[in-house]
Amino acid sequence: MIALLIEICSWILIVSGGAFAIIGAIGQLRFPDFWARLHAASVSDSAGMILLIAGMILQSGVSLITVKLIIIGAFLYITGATSTHAVASAALVSGLKPPVLKKTKPSRKTRSKKGQAKA
Amino acid sequence: MRTIFTTLTLFALWLLMSGVYKPLVIGLGVASAVLAVYVEKRMNFIDNSPLKLNVSLYRMFKYFAWLHVEIAKSNWAVTKLILSPNIKLRQNLFEVPFTQKSDFCEAMFANSITLTPGTITVEVEPDHFMVHALAYTDEHDDALADMDRRVTEIETGAAQ
Amino acid sequence: MFVFAAFALFVAMAFLLVRLYIGPTLYDRVLASNAFGTQTVLFIGVLGYLTGRPDFLDIALLYALINFVGTIAVLKFFRYRSLGDSGDRTARSGAGE
Repeated sequence: MIALLIEICSWILIVSGGAFAIIGAIGQLRFPDFWARLHAASVSDSAGMILLIAGMILQSGVSLITVKLIIIGAFLYITGATSTHAVASAALVSGLKPPVLKKTKPSRKTRSKKGQAKA
Repeated sequence: MRTIFTTLTLFALWLLMSGVYKPLVIGLGVASAVLAVYVEKRMNFIDNSPLKLNVSLYRMFKYFAWLHVEIAKSNWAVTKLILSPNIKLRQNLFEVPFTQKSDFCEAMFANSITLTPGTITVEVEPDHFMVHALAYTDEHDDALADMDRRVTEIETGAAQ
Repeated sequence: MFVFAAFALFVAMAFLLVRLYIGPTLYDRVLASNAFGTQTVLFIGVLGYLTGRPDFLDIALLYALINFVGTIAVLKFFRYRSLGDSGDRTARSGAGE
């Protein structure tokens, strides 16, 4: 009974993890510019990775393999965010300008308390 | 004290990773742990910046549970955006002030922003992050201020 | 189920290869190759289950480490045009590297 439940749970986790990986890749293909593609990569990096690793952990049960999977998951968790930030930061420094909303932002900012710090 | 703790942690990691418990292999594990700590000690002469953590594990755990719910929600939003037939984006680069004191919590806040799909920390300035959003709405500011408050809570709650 | 996961990762990697090929800017390519590396780590893990040899996870762990260091090294080279200098003294953000 428990075994069946675990099996079903890991099925759901792994299948949805694979689906999110594909969705992230589709986003990388469909989005129009670099700054949007960053977010698509972040989908497959976070959701796909977490779900797949969780499904594999459920499949392996309690053993040394679980520990290895947790270590891989924690590592990808930290490095995924760090390397996304590194790519974005390097692109900004190299002069790839992100699209910025012009109309709403200044009026909102001057009304809030951040306004005088900027002025 | 710190040295012994590092050695034991490295050795425990070795035991967990190898899975083979023969005298020779365990001896090699002890040797490599001691060697790694020795090299680390030597490097500390050059780069002397030990990381001081004063965060409570319970608050950290609570925060991560909350963060995963956030990640799931924003993942769903970005997924809908990717699969919608005509993509309508409202990209924006805006400032998010942060109130954390230690570098560690600052980095945790920045990484939390990046981990939630739809927002990415692009640049770190002295008192605020530059955050890029995929589909910017006014709720973003409030949501990120809420996240900032929660990360700061980990820090201040543990300091007391 | 692992067959499905392997197939899904394979399709995702194929899409990322297309992006890697047509990516208009350099950073698109770096981003795609980084995502490709992450997918490869997961793919190796799934492959270990598929063939019943969990030792593959060690390789996956190693691949994750190499992928991260490689991405950071490539980006550092783009930013400072050299790998050896302690370029982080001129960096505006001290937290990056």
